[in-house]
Amino acid sequence: MSEGEQPVSGRERVTVPKTYKLHIGGSFPRSESGRVRTVEDAGGRFLANAAVASRKDLRDAVAAARKGFETWSGATARNRGQVLFRVAEMLEDRREQFTSLVSDAEGLSREQAAATVDTAVDRIFWYAGWTDKIGTVLGGANQVSGPYTSHSAPEPLGVVGVLAPRHSSLLGLVSVLAPVIAVGNGAVVLVDRERPLPAVTLCEVLATSDVPGGVVNVLTGDAGELAPWLASHADVNALDPTGAPESLRAELERNASGTAKRVFDAPAAEPDWNRDPGLRRMRAFTGLKTVWHPLGA
Amino acid sequence: MADSPSPSRARTTPGPARLPPDLADAARGGATLERFLHGLPGVDRVGLEQRAASLATRSVKKDAKLRAVDTAIGMVDLTTLEGADTAGKVRALAAKARNPDPQHVGAPPVAALCVYPDLVADAVAGLGDSGIGVASVATAFPSGRSTLRAKLAEVELAVDSGADEVDMVIDRAAFLSGRYAQVFDEIREVRAACGAAHLKVILETGELGTYDNVRRASWLALLAGADFVKTSTGKVAPAATLPVTHVLLQAVRDWRERTGQLRGVKPAGGIRTTKDAIRYLVAVHEVAGPEWLSPLLFRFGASGLLNDLLMQRRTQLDGHYSGPDYVAVDL
Repeated sequence: MSEGEQPVSGRERVTVPKTYKLHIGGSFPRSESGRVRTVEDAGGRFLANAAVASRKDLRDAVAAARKGFETWSGATARNRGQVLFRVAEMLEDRREQFTSLVSDAEGLSREQAAATVDTAVDRIFWYAGWTDKIGTVLGGANQVSGPYTSHSAPEPLGVVGVLAPRHSSLLGLVSVLAPVIAVGNGAVVLVDRERPLPAVTLCEVLATSDVPGGVVNVLTGDAGELAPWLASHADVNALDPTGAPESLRAELERNASGTAKRVFDAPAAEPDWNRDPGLRRMRAFTGLKTVWHPLGA
Repeated sequence: MADSPSPSRARTTPGPARLPPDLADAARGGATLERFLHGLPGVDRVGLEQRAASLATRSVKKDAKLRAVDTAIGMVDLTTLEGADTAGKVRALAAKARNPDPQHVGAPPVAALCVYPDLVADAVAGLGDSGIGVASVATAFPSGRSTLRAKLAEVELAVDSGADEVDMVIDRAAFLSGRYAQVFDEIREVRAACGAAHLKVILETGELGTYDNVRRASWLALLAGADFVKTSTGKVAPAATLPVTHVLLQAVRDWRERTGQLRGVKPAGGIRTTKDAIRYLVAVHEVAGPEWLSPLLFRFGASGLLNDLLMQRRTQLDGHYSGPDYVAVDL
């Protein structure tokens, strides 16, 4: 061994701090603005860098979601279910990684964090099972008093803007995102500054799970800066303000009303995500189409 | 805008050109033309692409952007060139050309409507006295593979039906085999058949292979009397690119320096977004000059671009992003 070389074990290793990027249209671009911010854990220790999305990123994400929606809503319900099952499998595979991320982000013990990850996996699995059953539960044949038939079927709304919960960084996110895409919508998710890492890592799971590019687009950054633009965007069909602070809610609803957008009636405080979610969210992000059909010749 | 003269009716180059001796020599065609074209300086590919890329980074915002969007709308040749085109579709596009955004006042009309020759009459009827030009492709578009007789007959059909502008394709096979004189004579013949109509010569740069060839084809077309040089048919990829448009803009700029005559440039195909369009406008301003920022001398051949321009215009006026649900769908 020459003098210049030393065994690696003899030195303290230089760690590689990760810079997380956005997720738009199936790829992982940097923010167009070039902005990046450090992310700390619950105790203030440096974890990684995360991109801070700009308005242009938001516009690109909505355009990507529109394209993703065309593909995703055209897929059969069974196929969407299979893809979501796959997401659950991939998340299960990365259980350890997500446990650390959630534990760092939310200041939970490893056991608590692991339980949260398990619940998140179960939640995706649960929604995966619903994809081909929701039509029967929310729709079906209507009783009519005449010689014709009438059917109702729930259809996805289009592009849904989602403000990710600010406290529950994985389980909360999965609980708001899964119902939106399970019924066939495209999603643009805004993740606020405090706990973005589980969300951007979830994108790595989605990107390796056959979810078509553009179905889920995740922007990390300042929800206060971007949310009003998302709410007023004319090509967004519905808004889930779950993660919006109460001070922002009225403005978002006003902006959304300008383009006749459906706004999910989210509780002011973040709910207990461990509870059974029910069908409320899937119902909110579908529209019922009713078809009347004359019988016989 | 209805009382202003139509861009296509105000011909900038009346009568035969009085050219400097070397150009006049080249314009005789034959071997002198070939010598002239091969004597043109080669294109520095790396430098050209770098310059095109660096100009494309310029950012245009707010009021300047709104002006750029309106300028670009006024330069659009609203195009439909599909086998499935019907008279009804042409009428719908004509209505859109006259008033691109009925819900917002002040959106300028487009420069022209571009259709196949058999639909020219419908376009003329649909546009009425709006002053918007009717452009027609001709000469066996898009391949250019037919006899000269058939090509001229097509030009006649277009002009007789009322076309103000004729978009011809060059014979790429002849050009690539070095039979420049044949291409030159063909453009001359078509030029004569056009009468008062403007002539745009489509070089189909995607099939020419090199920037040197693009430069040669541009000069060839200008010498033969083209009012516009146009990059592509839109049927071949790659269609218009920024570097190729730079070469065309350099040619018309140099032509003006040598002869004093103004000739136009029309990139076509592949320009879909407002951002792209603004990049082209920056290139026009920087390479050719501010005089070219007019529908008389610069056009976009596009179909989907107009909707994106309108959406961006609405974003600037309404203060929020618009969506494709709010602009007319071209069937």
